[in-house]
Amino acid sequence: MAYKVPRPNLTFAEKIYLPSVLAGLKITLGHLWRMLRGKTHVCMQYPEEKWDSHLPDHYRGAPTLVSDEFGRTRCVACQLCEFICPPRAIRITPGEIPTDDTFAKVEKYPEQFQIDMIRCIYCGLCEEVCPEQAIFLKKEYAIARTSRAEMMHNKAKLIEMGGLQPGVVNKWNEKK
Amino acid sequence: MNAILQFLSDPLPFLVWTTLAKSAGLLGVVLVMVSYTVYAERRVSSLMQDRLGPNRTGFPTSLLGFGIKDWSPFLGGLGQPIADALKLLLKEDFTPAYVNKFYYWIAPGLGIGAAIISLAVIPFGSSIAGVDMVIANVDIGPLFVFAISSLGVYGIVLAGWSSNSKYPFLGAVRSTNQLISYELALGLSIVPLILIIGKLNLVEIVSYQVQNGWMLLPGITAKAPHLPTLEQFLTWIPVFIAFLVFTISMFAETNRLPFDLPEAETELVSGYHTEYSSLKFALFFLGEYTAMITGSALIVTLFLGGWHFPGIPDGSAAGWLGVMWGLVNIGVFLAKVVAFLIFFIFIRWTLPRFRYDQLMKLGWIWFFEIALVNIFITALIVTYVH
Amino acid sequence: MSPILFWIFSALMLGFGAATILNRNPVASALSLVVSFLGLAALFFGLDANFIGVIQILVYAGAVMVLFIFIIMLLDLKAEQRRQINIPALLGGVAIVVAFTAQLVTVIRSYKAGNEPFAAITPNLPDAHNIGMTLFANYNLPFQVIGVLILVASIGVVVLSQRELK
Ligand code: SF4
Ligand code: SF4
Repeated sequence: MAYKVPRPNLTFAEKIYLPSVLAGLKITLGHLWRMLRGKTHVCMQYPEEKWDSHLPDHYRGAPTLVSDEFGRTRCVACQLCEFICPPRAIRITPGEIPTDDTFAKVEKYPEQFQIDMIRCIYCGLCEEVCPEQAIFLKKEYAIARTSRAEMMHNKAKLIEMGGLQPGVVNKWNEKK
Repeated sequence: MNAILQFLSDPLPFLVWTTLAKSAGLLGVVLVMVSYTVYAERRVSSLMQDRLGPNRTGFPTSLLGFGIKDWSPFLGGLGQPIADALKLLLKEDFTPAYVNKFYYWIAPGLGIGAAIISLAVIPFGSSIAGVDMVIANVDIGPLFVFAISSLGVYGIVLAGWSSNSKYPFLGAVRSTNQLISYELALGLSIVPLILIIGKLNLVEIVSYQVQNGWMLLPGITAKAPHLPTLEQFLTWIPVFIAFLVFTISMFAETNRLPFDLPEAETELVSGYHTEYSSLKFALFFLGEYTAMITGSALIVTLFLGGWHFPGIPDGSAAGWLGVMWGLVNIGVFLAKVVAFLIFFIFIRWTLPRFRYDQLMKLGWIWFFEIALVNIFITALIVTYVH
Repeated sequence: MSPILFWIFSALMLGFGAATILNRNPVASALSLVVSFLGLAALFFGLDANFIGVIQILVYAGAVMVLFIFIIMLLDLKAEQRRQINIPALLGGVAIVVAFTAQLVTVIRSYKAGNEPFAAITPNLPDAHNIGMTLFANYNLPFQVIGVLILVASIGVVVLSQRELK
């Protein structure tokens, strides 16, 4: 069944269209005038003005490796994040912890841990899958460098970005 | 040296070199104006939408010690047109494999050529050192502009047709359609003006307005500005109607919103120049804005007294004084054109697009009839006044 | 007008006129016709008949041909390009052209006034003014009649196109 859209009954002023042109101009020029006097402030001038202080806690920025209260990198090189990462941005080379180490029972540590920030899509799956709460997406978002090599975050860089983060997982502590 | 000067002041060589100089100068001014119109378009549109627009690519004013921030909301971005031009020049010029090469290549040139040639008959100033500031002083000024700019539509049609792809093609069909709807109204709407003035020569039309007041603002004459007399008021009525019809048709002629049917980004990707890139796209872009400048210049010449402004003499005085006033006249003309360009921009960012059948209806049913009736009214009034 | 320009524009006009019929592609034909019109307009300009020249461009190149192209572009161009040359029609056409040219040549040969030089033309005629005076003073009645004729034709078109197609 065809539905007939009723045509609006236009007044003469609406039909000749010019009054509505003037009304439209009034609106747009009003905006222009308010902008010119600096009354409207909608846009942020990005590098100079930032939204950083308003970022929520769950903001997903660059993934980083965090350390526990002993300064030990939490990661146990289980490689779960490497497998789940959708764009395969993570590369881990596991290493063995020597038996005379305090944390010898952890057995494995990442000898190398690389995240290719050209590939990373900031999905946060690595943070979610990690059984050790070792990898977190921090609030760093302006990852822009001038070469591919610089976009490759290595272990040192990741640890430095992650910093200390005492967490709930403390199964490797001596006290237990 | 003297021999060269002697040769240059002979009538024929003098005509040749002054014409060349005028053409080169006008072309330079117009190209700069085009690029800054694009910039103004971007800035004004963004200010109207509470944005800021391009405000970064500036000249390093802070390095020069002016203390203005380079990205200051209103001064920054003045370098943007230069950057844009460079970008368009350096981009890859890509010709799709399926296009009709010959027509695809000549189309951009047709568009911009038509727009620039029609500038030739517009008097952009009074005179400098006895040289009239118009490139071709012909007796058929407005008709020449209409004729040449109606050829510009071939650029669009050829681009759309030779691109061999459906959106450009629709753009081309629409543009022919648009041309036949508004061109009649455009031509007829200035007949009242010519009836009143009795001249077809743009230079003489301007000098008539200098003597007897601007067509649209009859009180402003070379003598003292005064309130219009009854006769002037009577002739003003058809002139005002003609002005409305002419200006609105000019929007259609220059393919500007609300009549940008051939381009219609929201419907046809990018309309007739969808398949164009780099320099060829830039030529279309230039052509479009040059046509806008030509249109504004024509409106200013016909209705707003051309280069005349009350209190500013023309450049006929002897010596440097005359040269100075001649330059000031050019400045006045350009200022009026710029004001009109900004009006064009305001309208573009205010109104939605007409549908093509609405445009046809507007052109054929409204403007054609209004323009015709207006001619009769003018004839009556002119007989009464004389 | 210098003879060189005259020859250039005549050659342009005739060449593109020929291209109009020789081109297999309808759009290319139409565009050749436009260039041919432009050459004609240039010849008018050369005779100081600026008004006629501009009207030539405005009406023919600017309006009529745009309409033509508008229609052509909506047709199926490929079918036109595939069409075979019809030999008898071609021969007939050539025969008519030859006969017409021969007739023209003989007529012009025997026409006395054609051999006499023109009276000198004063340059810069106000041709818009002249045309207006001629049309409205000398030939007012025929002009009005033509006007009415065109009006009738356009009303006829409107009536025909308004009729519902059954
Ligand atoms: S970061 Fe977590 S998931 Fe990834 S290898 Fe280390 S412990 Fe395993
Ligand atoms: S955030 Fe997503 S894409 Fe980035 S490293 Fe983690 S899993 Fe991979």
